[in-house]
Amino acid sequence: MEKISRSEVLHVARLARLEFTPQEVEEFTHQLNRIIEYMDQLKELDTEGVEPTFHALAQTNVMRDDQAKPSLSQEEALANAPDRDERGFFRVPRIIQG
Amino acid sequence: MELHWLTVKEAGELLSRGELGWRELFLGLRERIDRVDPRVRAYISLAGDDAISPPGGKGSLSGIPLAVKDNICTKGLETTCASKILKGFRPPYDATVIERLKTAGCVLLGKTNLDEFAMGSSTENSGLFTTHNPWDLGRVPGGSSGGSAAAVAAGECLAALGSDTGGSIRQPAAFCGVVGLKPTYGRVSRYGLVAFASSLDQIGPICRTVEDAALIMEVISGYDPKDSTSAPYPPLNAHELLSKEVKGMVVGLPREYYGEGLDPQVREAVMEGVRVLEGLGCRVEEVSLPHTPYAVATYYLVATAEASSNLARYDGVRYGLRAVGYEDLYEMYVKTRSQGFGEEVKRRIMLGTYALSAGYYDAYYLKAQRVRTLIRGDFERVFETCEALVTPTSPTPAFRIGERVQDPLTMYLSDIYTISANLAGIPAISIPCGFTQEGLPVGLQIMGRAFDEATILSLGHAYQGVTDWHKKTPPL
Repeated sequence: MEKISRSEVLHVARLARLEFTPQEVEEFTHQLNRIIEYMDQLKELDTEGVEPTFHALAQTNVMRDDQAKPSLSQEEALANAPDRDERGFFRVPRIIQG
Repeated sequence: MELHWLTVKEAGELLSRGELGWRELFLGLRERIDRVDPRVRAYISLAGDDAISPPGGKGSLSGIPLAVKDNICTKGLETTCASKILKGFRPPYDATVIERLKTAGCVLLGKTNLDEFAMGSSTENSGLFTTHNPWDLGRVPGGSSGGSAAAVAAGECLAALGSDTGGSIRQPAAFCGVVGLKPTYGRVSRYGLVAFASSLDQIGPICRTVEDAALIMEVISGYDPKDSTSAPYPPLNAHELLSKEVKGMVVGLPREYYGEGLDPQVREAVMEGVRVLEGLGCRVEEVSLPHTPYAVATYYLVATAEASSNLARYDGVRYGLRAVGYEDLYEMYVKTRSQGFGEEVKRRIMLGTYALSAGYYDAYYLKAQRVRTLIRGDFERVFETCEALVTPTSPTPAFRIGERVQDPLTMYLSDIYTISANLAGIPAISIPCGFTQEGLPVGLQIMGRAFDEATILSLGHAYQGVTDWHKKTPPL
């Protein structure tokens, strides 16, 4: 039986903000099932009581003083924007109706 | 003298003695690029003429022309990650490694091709074009730093930077017959490296000799306040990196790396390399890393989960592509991302999103992170007795273009010997150790303890002192 259904693929695609043609959905469903089947071999291992490794080396939070330092100008920050307005903002579709 | 086959060390000496001009060297390489790159296709873009200005710096890299993988930010110079979604992106800042190389006087030749967002093992996932292996133009150069490795192998630069998340420096170095070093996680700043899997990514050098790798590490390594995951150590010293006593070193051969799936010709070349190390006085022992068979599954869950999160930033708002013809914000995101990302990137985002989604997080993502602890534990145990581990870099030599693109899982399995070093955070280097009958290069991998680059580089340097595989050049 397939572990990941077609509708689950569509749900994950929505979470990931991606869309696919019906044919791509078929392909992804098939490929993801094969890949997940392979991943399932991890279930053979008993990991009861094993701490997860989120970082290979011990990581601690790094703090710095809150000091103003030179940073990008508004113009530099906007230079790569696909759409911007003349007042120096990124322009996006309206998100609040009214 | 052919300028394009000089090592960094040799060119540095000629430059400092005034026997070679930096401009002559730069133009010599540009000419070489013009001649061979139409066939190799290593570069995505070349630095403009403003790159031709007298380099500063007084050290061993002053005046040395380098290539840089196109997922490392270069101020004002297009940085695409070989993705349509970043086409035209000109970073407003330099990555820390670029800043340090420029301060040392390096001259940037251009940006090299990769699998899109460094996701792949062949450059066939590049959203722009596929790079060809200089040793056989019908084969892949490996990936994801395939452009950098091919550029070094083809004499299109003296050395290059790559990035390695699961083998992306070492596997292409092996396929192209050059040296590739993945440093310890945290050794080199990731500031300005476009993030793929943040707990695994590391920048490192691709070059012709281990000595050159040490010279580059001297410049790019060391703590960087802009990367909170960079380790609190000063830059490495090239001389110290190369001068550990090799005689009497205990070198382990993990049996899981010599089993089923290993090409017999690759095995033969690597075992010949092991005998050379024995000849240098190393003590070779068979060891076991029992969780190795689970590394690929662990890696592809951890890496894709991190990638799905990192790649959420490509939303069509601040940089890169924005699709046309959307009704609202959600549609703008969906259309932009669906048009901008290539197939493999989408596949990995989907897998990672699935592994992190409600109901599957514990079964896949968390499970993989627990297995990662077991894999690390394997290394900790063998490093109690061994100072280094020697393995093949990849189970096969370079494969043919097109041979594996239809089968993502087979492609993933080509990383089987390299990904554990990323999961454990340890340093590893690939060094040329021979050729197959078809004339394809074979790479030998040396892995070491965390923050002990000196052992693996000293071993590699000693090995290159008594072999000449690294001096062979492809018939282009």
